[in-house]
Amino acid sequence: MTDDVRPPVLQAQGITKVFGGVRALSGVDFALGEGEAHALVGENGAGKSTLIKVLTGVHRPDEGQVLLGGEPRSFGRPLDAQQAGISTIYQEVNLIPLMSAAQNVYLGREPRTSFGLVDTRAMERDARELLDSYGIDVDVRRPLRTLGLGAQQMVALARAVSIDARVVIMDEPTSSLEPREVRTLFEVIARLREQGIAIVYVSHRMDELYEVCEKVTVLRDGRLVHTGDLADLPRLELVAMMLGRTTSEMSGSGVTEFGEEAHTQAAEPVLVAEHLTRKHEIEDVALSVRPGEVLGLGGLLGAGRSETLKAVAGAMPLDRGQVSLDGKRVRSGSVPAAIRAGVVLLPEDRKAEGIIPNLSVRENIVLAALPRLSRFGFTSRRKQDAVVRTMMERLHIKASSPEQPVAELSGGNQQKVMIARWLAMSPRVLLLDEPTRGIDVGAKAEVQALIDELAREGLGIVLVSSELEEVIEGADRMVVLKDGAVVAELNGEEITEERLMAALSTETALPADPGAPPEEASRG
Amino acid sequence: MSAPTTASTVDAGAAAPTRRRGEAVAELFSQHGAVAVLVLLLVVGSLAFDTFGTVDNLSNVAVQGSFLAIVALGVTFVILTGGIDLSVGSVFALGGVLAAYGSGGGWLTAILLPVAVGALIGLVQGGLVAYAGMAPFIVTLAGLLGARGLVFAITDEGNTTPKVKSEAFVSLGQGHVWEATWPVVIMLALFAVGWVVRQRSRAGQVVVATGGGEDASRLMGLPVARVKLGVYVASGMLAAFAGALNAARSSSGVTTVGVGMELEAISAVVIGGTLLSGGRGNVTGTLAGVYLLGVIQNLINQVGSLTSSIQSVVSGGFLLVVVILQTLLSPSRKT
Repeated sequence: MTDDVRPPVLQAQGITKVFGGVRALSGVDFALGEGEAHALVGENGAGKSTLIKVLTGVHRPDEGQVLLGGEPRSFGRPLDAQQAGISTIYQEVNLIPLMSAAQNVYLGREPRTSFGLVDTRAMERDARELLDSYGIDVDVRRPLRTLGLGAQQMVALARAVSIDARVVIMDEPTSSLEPREVRTLFEVIARLREQGIAIVYVSHRMDELYEVCEKVTVLRDGRLVHTGDLADLPRLELVAMMLGRTTSEMSGSGVTEFGEEAHTQAAEPVLVAEHLTRKHEIEDVALSVRPGEVLGLGGLLGAGRSETLKAVAGAMPLDRGQVSLDGKRVRSGSVPAAIRAGVVLLPEDRKAEGIIPNLSVRENIVLAALPRLSRFGFTSRRKQDAVVRTMMERLHIKASSPEQPVAELSGGNQQKVMIARWLAMSPRVLLLDEPTRGIDVGAKAEVQALIDELAREGLGIVLVSSELEEVIEGADRMVVLKDGAVVAELNGEEITEERLMAALSTETALPADPGAPPEEASRG
Repeated sequence: MSAPTTASTVDAGAAAPTRRRGEAVAELFSQHGAVAVLVLLLVVGSLAFDTFGTVDNLSNVAVQGSFLAIVALGVTFVILTGGIDLSVGSVFALGGVLAAYGSGGGWLTAILLPVAVGALIGLVQGGLVAYAGMAPFIVTLAGLLGARGLVFAITDEGNTTPKVKSEAFVSLGQGHVWEATWPVVIMLALFAVGWVVRQRSRAGQVVVATGGGEDASRLMGLPVARVKLGVYVASGMLAAFAGALNAARSSSGVTTVGVGMELEAISAVVIGGTLLSGGRGNVTGTLAGVYLLGVIQNLINQVGSLTSSIQSVVSGGFLLVVVILQTLLSPSRKT
């Protein structure tokens, strides 16, 4: 499969790019062979996105050159790179939701009739054939937004490859996909590679990198750290290179930054939730958290983990069930009531549900706590500053000043600002939904260490994460959900990848039913 | 024991199509509601008032609406890109005055002069929006004030009302082709062209794509800036041309026309089913929107006992209903 004499289809030589005095890339080389799947990894700020933007003509390099098929090329705009055969699909699907799938595939290069008019029928037929050929079955006439995220991503991919692409760059393509959709994507990638199309694959998910890619290039602080075969590179070493640490430093602890010992917990639970039920979402879910305990919610995408958190936080109306704090019942379905009681939720979608990008770090932190920091409707700036200063120090929020707009911070620091906002409310229970999604490895470690520390200080924490090792190492106790219901509870030493997998793969926790079809066990 | 699981799976499967059907009905109404209500009003009006359904009355409605329709056609394209053009009312007035002055040089000058100036105004506005990234609202608000100022500057502070000097040009505003007057025929021809551009041209696809997701369009390599520039130029030209036609019809360049016309045009476009945020809509809806406003006014006049201010209330109410429906359907709303 790997043939080293193969001429690289896309090559970058000595790329340097400076933004306002900051070197985003310095002298980076990159080579992509035909039909190769090449992982591009690095922490946020390592220069991955800058390199991609240079390759796709969004930025011009200050030094160095891009070669396509051995020829030096200079792309003035993204369109030039596209026409030369370099397509990009982005983390968030960058298509037009209101237009049909077919229109999205062919926008700007629609098939035309002899009168120069768009030939809608030919366009829809071509789009259907194209998607069919990748085994994707969607109604191409439906507006894109009515399709699932996975299907949308596939449409983006179809568009990318149908422009006679020789190189497809994928930036976090799976971050919003379900496992089944990820499978389809991987199959499509395999087929593209058979056709000789090279893939640049950017992802934070190690499992995917090792499954999809044969080569890897590691960037750190704008410099090339390593490039070579991925299979030869142990995971730990890859993480170490991204972080700029040595392997021995890493292997002492696990992959995550969570402490090894269980936290000392009070005996009485601070939060008890019972019979949480909402039609089609969750069914009779019960959980409890003790002060100082990290409760992990295990399960696959769509198992009802986020829904459970929302139910506990009052952010989802319930058909049945109740939440009580210190034995006192909290009015269900009311976020303010939950917050007053001391239960706060850090939502999954930071951008849409959490930070307010144009406001400053200070404003974002004190937002929820404003009523406590004000009297007769006037806020005390002095109290605000005190809270903000404490939080920024305690959580190591890296910002030029409290007045810096949150939008300018890195994903990890944005997440810390969100956590700070809730800590300013002195909560009893913190519900964390994917607290480390989309943030770089270093910030991830810091957030994990922070979760650990908060639990040690006596906060009850409920943690949801799609990264297995994060919940496994982070949780003191784990409630495993499947199809919206609790299927298992694991304690301390029982929390292992094997036990979790076992809990997830035993089809249901229902008592054995002689009438149940046997193949159920193999599903999912 | 597996029965409940099965039941809930089936429910979940059934729930989705129902919601889609409801959405489809609402979508159908927001897209074609204006046409449906227009037809309904025409039928009801003809049955209720003997004087409504007459050829005279209806062709009167048609002519009166044709100028607004031409203006709204341009505004439709601007709104489809996610922009707004507030300058059209002033440009309409400016077009009329320039046409009257230009008619001294014949009917062709009477058309070309205002259209050229309209294009120039559109070029400046579009350039600022498309290439300097300025907010369309502010840029065209400046255009509204500036163009109105120009009207007064060239008419001795509005004290002169220039007369149209070309007979040929006057007949363009007042003459007939078969049964229809010229402005109506020209308006329909322009809408036919607009329909083809919107539905069947690549440029039309880019217009809609730009409004539906500007960043995404840019990343797809679509000529976003060029198309944005284009729609403001088209809007300026159409507004000035409509003003010229209006001047031909009234034989003079009246300086006070077109005040608030931009708001009427925007209402007509939105009533016609175009999303104010851009990305969805069509020109037939706009045509229906314009005449819906016209027919409501005419019907209120037929009643006689109602004051014309009721017309604003009714149009406002209808606009509100459409906007509420659009909000329910807006893409940002999670389904």
